[in-house]
Amino acid sequence: MKALLRALLFPLLAVLAAFVIGSLIVLAIGDNPLTVYRLMLSSAFGLYDALGNFTFDNWGYTLFQATPLIFTGLAVALSFKCGLLNIGAEGQLYVGAFAAAWVGITFANWPAIVLVPLAMLAAMLAGGVWGAIPGVLKARFGSHEVINTIMLNFVAAGLISYLVQNHYKAPGDPIMQSGPIGAGAHIARFSTLLAPLGINFPTRIPLNVAFLLALLACFLVWVFLWRTKWGYEIRAVGSNPSAAEYGGISVQKQIVLAMALSGALAGMVGINEVLGYRYRYYHDFSPGYGFTGIAVALLGRNHPAGIVLAAILFGALIRGGLFVDIFTDKVSKDLVQVLQAIIILFVAMEMLFRGSLSRFIPGLKKSSA
Amino acid sequence: MFRNVFNYTLIASTIRLATPLILAALGGLFSERSGVINIALEGMMLAGAFTAATVTAFSHNPWLGVLAAVFAGVLTAALHAVATINYRADQVVSGTAINILFLGVPALLSGALFDSTGATPQLPREQTLPDIALFDAQSSPVLASIFNQKPLVYLAFVLVAATFYVLYRTRFGLRLRAVGENPEAADTAGVSVIKIRYAGVLISGALAALGGAYLSIGQNSLFTRNMTAGRGYIALAALIFGKWDPVGALLACLLFGFADAVAIRMQGTVNIPNQFIQMIPYLLTIVVLAGLIRRATPPKALGVAYVKE
Repeated sequence: MKALLRALLFPLLAVLAAFVIGSLIVLAIGDNPLTVYRLMLSSAFGLYDALGNFTFDNWGYTLFQATPLIFTGLAVALSFKCGLLNIGAEGQLYVGAFAAAWVGITFANWPAIVLVPLAMLAAMLAGGVWGAIPGVLKARFGSHEVINTIMLNFVAAGLISYLVQNHYKAPGDPIMQSGPIGAGAHIARFSTLLAPLGINFPTRIPLNVAFLLALLACFLVWVFLWRTKWGYEIRAVGSNPSAAEYGGISVQKQIVLAMALSGALAGMVGINEVLGYRYRYYHDFSPGYGFTGIAVALLGRNHPAGIVLAAILFGALIRGGLFVDIFTDKVSKDLVQVLQAIIILFVAMEMLFRGSLSRFIPGLKKSSA
Repeated sequence: MFRNVFNYTLIASTIRLATPLILAALGGLFSERSGVINIALEGMMLAGAFTAATVTAFSHNPWLGVLAAVFAGVLTAALHAVATINYRADQVVSGTAINILFLGVPALLSGALFDSTGATPQLPREQTLPDIALFDAQSSPVLASIFNQKPLVYLAFVLVAATFYVLYRTRFGLRLRAVGENPEAADTAGVSVIKIRYAGVLISGALAALGGAYLSIGQNSLFTRNMTAGRGYIALAALIFGKWDPVGALLACLLFGFADAVAIRMQGTVNIPNQFIQMIPYLLTIVVLAGLIRRATPPKALGVAYVKE
């Protein structure tokens, strides 16, 4: 219990500090921070609409926005656990999304029972390969995965932009998007899932099976990292590579494995985006899910449970930001990005809080992460 | 067709497109040679670009805009320095946070200041940085058209020489390199690792912001949302491709600028897709890092926070 409280303490302080600074910014711009935050909170989590009727909209959209962030948060956390920093989730998720769309378009007439798993697998496989490349480069040549993942983000964007523009765009379509995927590749939205239970979940909310998959992925990552031999070896490499090597673990193999799995998780964003939401590949769809994934992983302390909570927080910020954009005079949804950046900075500077709090709480100074 | 792409104006546009990269890459060099990874170049450029355009819009003076941009860059860099040097935050994570921050801050402020969604007002031509001709158009028309550039272009080349001198010929340069290679030894020799790293990171912010200012009030006449479009990362790539050396970085930036210039000219004329030409810097960086062409070895203490014993 004490350990749990301590694990929650620093992330909560970081979020709190970010909101305090955010309110100063809002004040400086000339709006009322209380109004802004109340608006964000009610539009992200409120159960009733302006007329006082019960609504699924707020939670529904918040969880929909949280879904890709759970995947990217897990992706970043898994690489962290192996002592790597995958900032290429952004590229991996694009590759995954495009692969899912490619399967959905190419085999459009196949029945759902084959096509859905195939498209999902394609998303994971493509993301996994894109993640494995910097893994191999690191293991084989020792080149830094941070630089390579950044570079591969741009390569992915270029490659897919080329493919969409020249091969997969419907003729005459002014938008950079592929044609539609076959109906057999669609995955169910919550409206369909909940209908048999007599729950009237609106069709317009794109929350879909991918959210449940994200939760399942959290559980599986937890099992993998803390209950399997491979997971143990990845963590061993992450905490002390030379000791792991000495203990007979192939550091190189674990690096490639961790990066491939990390990429596969990032690629799963494509399941939510393509198979559950737009039913096509839409270029530049990600508002930086891959980078927000870093924030999610850090704030969630690289633990699947923490990642779900952090992803919901950031999903809520994205959802709330849209309302701030519309219903306030001066503050725009860009406040969300600023808050997100400040949260990352504060979480990364844990020493700041640790140092100033240790005067009051004994035993806090020693690192528990 | 070939002549339409490859003629002397290509040299002029190569130099133009390389300039922001050169400035940012030199910035990255100061930070990384001191041992602090700087993937925040992108954010620092954005901070500089937005500040330059905003201050110019209010003061009608582009020089004041440049000065303010440098100040903003240093301030942004200070954030990175405090986080990574004092509080030992992961340097990559801190850099990522700063990049995200400066996607948001300009958009937020432009909404408040100019009631826009991320752009500053268009500046009249005479309020942007002027072109300076180095040659007489009558006697040498070709040279005159190539060297009719913004002052920051010439400054970038001067700064390459200056950086070379500072890095390899001054005491500060020696200390900077020592701190980046072996901070413990430098510390024992009486060099303040903290101070030198601060200097490296702050200079980095100033230079990257100059690159940003060149984009907004030199090459263009306003700031637009995310106008650096990854140039900070390309500058980082150039720094690595140039083996963390000022002349190497300069050549890499010129190469990347050239690729960019060719890509722009080829648009719609040749069968090589634009996207593939634009990928060249990224692919080259991956290849070089892997040591497949020539090995690029980073400063030894790069990325490692220094803890005084």
